[in-house]
Amino acid sequence: MDNLIALAFAAFITENIILTQFFGICPFLGVSTKRKNALGMGFAVLFVMLISSIVTYLLYVHVLQVLNIEYMKTIVFILVIASLVQMVETFIKKVSPALYKALGIYLPLITTNCAVLGVALLNITKDHTFVETVVYTTFIGLGFILVMYIFSMLREKIANAPVPKSFQGIPIALVVAAILAVIFSRFGGII
Amino acid sequence: MNRIDNLTKGFIKENPLFVSVLGMCPSLAVTTSLENALGMGIGVFFVLTLSNFIVSLVMSNKTLADLVRPVRIPVYIVIIATLVTVVEMLMHAFLIDLYKSLGVFIPLIVVNCIILGRAEAFASENKPLDSVLDGIGMALGFTGAIALISIFREFLGAGTITVWGDFGLNLTFIFNFLHMEPIGLFIQPVGAFLSFGLILATLTAIGNKNKERIAAREATVNG
Repeated sequence: MDNLIALAFAAFITENIILTQFFGICPFLGVSTKRKNALGMGFAVLFVMLISSIVTYLLYVHVLQVLNIEYMKTIVFILVIASLVQMVETFIKKVSPALYKALGIYLPLITTNCAVLGVALLNITKDHTFVETVVYTTFIGLGFILVMYIFSMLREKIANAPVPKSFQGIPIALVVAAILAVIFSRFGGII
Repeated sequence: MNRIDNLTKGFIKENPLFVSVLGMCPSLAVTTSLENALGMGIGVFFVLTLSNFIVSLVMSNKTLADLVRPVRIPVYIVIIATLVTVVEMLMHAFLIDLYKSLGVFIPLIVVNCIILGRAEAFASENKPLDSVLDGIGMALGFTGAIALISIFREFLGAGTITVWGDFGLNLTFIFNFLHMEPIGLFIQPVGAFLSFGLILATLTAIGNKNKERIAAREATVNG
């Protein structure tokens, strides 16, 4: 149990997926200009990430390892993720057209969001058990939402600030992300 | 002339990293040393050139293209994933140290937006030879960009510049001369964001200056 809590805390804060592992930088910079979009994108990623990690984990352990074709993992994983994203897209389009409109082109882009494939692969390379996979992925996803939300609030402020011309847009966002990363990495002493 | 343009536009004018800001994740993660950045560059070069070639070969055949068009994105992804698996296996066999230090970022070349972006935006509408040139140009532009970031980070963070294996420069004497320590922060994740932001801002400033100069020159010519 202690291990799981440590794992969850690390996944949530100290090994935060965006700020220390650099997965999912594209949506991080692209969709985080408004709070509502950041949350929508965050939950879409969490949902896709959790389902795809579970499916890819089971596929890896029960199919690829049994058949001794572990090297096929990249191809199999990306296909699973691509079809899942398609399903989520159809689902959101039906349930919340407003959210669908707001997220626009970023939904299909979850396919090429390295966070989803990255976590699926990390679960394999870190030799997680099934329970660890579920806990780790959930908290990685929550950490993604947390950072997206904090960052979108900061960017709403930056939008009104007098930023030097050459820093406008992505450069200032990256410098702000660096400061956030310092704060998050300092939580490492707790565990 | 057009051929040369296809090759060189990726270097500066349409640089995938600094102008289009695509493929951020690997460029932040692997730029802790020049060696890693070059290794990543080799992987991307191989995958991007071949995927551009195969995609344009498929899409320039009329019957195949009509068949593939409705499901083209999954088809591209499978082509790219296959090439990435080849790269992964080759690196595992011949460059084991690099394979270990790049780790999960080798399979993640699959989701590098540059590769899928070029397949969709360029290779699907152009001839194979042009697509290969475009792929080479974009890959070199990307490699140059991450090499620049990694030199900046490795020099400030560790005082060295590792080109390949043991071959590299040890520049710690500069820090000794200034009675300073290398700033370890720069090879940590924090440094990645900071360096990228600062380099991007510098390049934007240079670009803006150039634009102003060109605009001023045109104004005098017209006036």
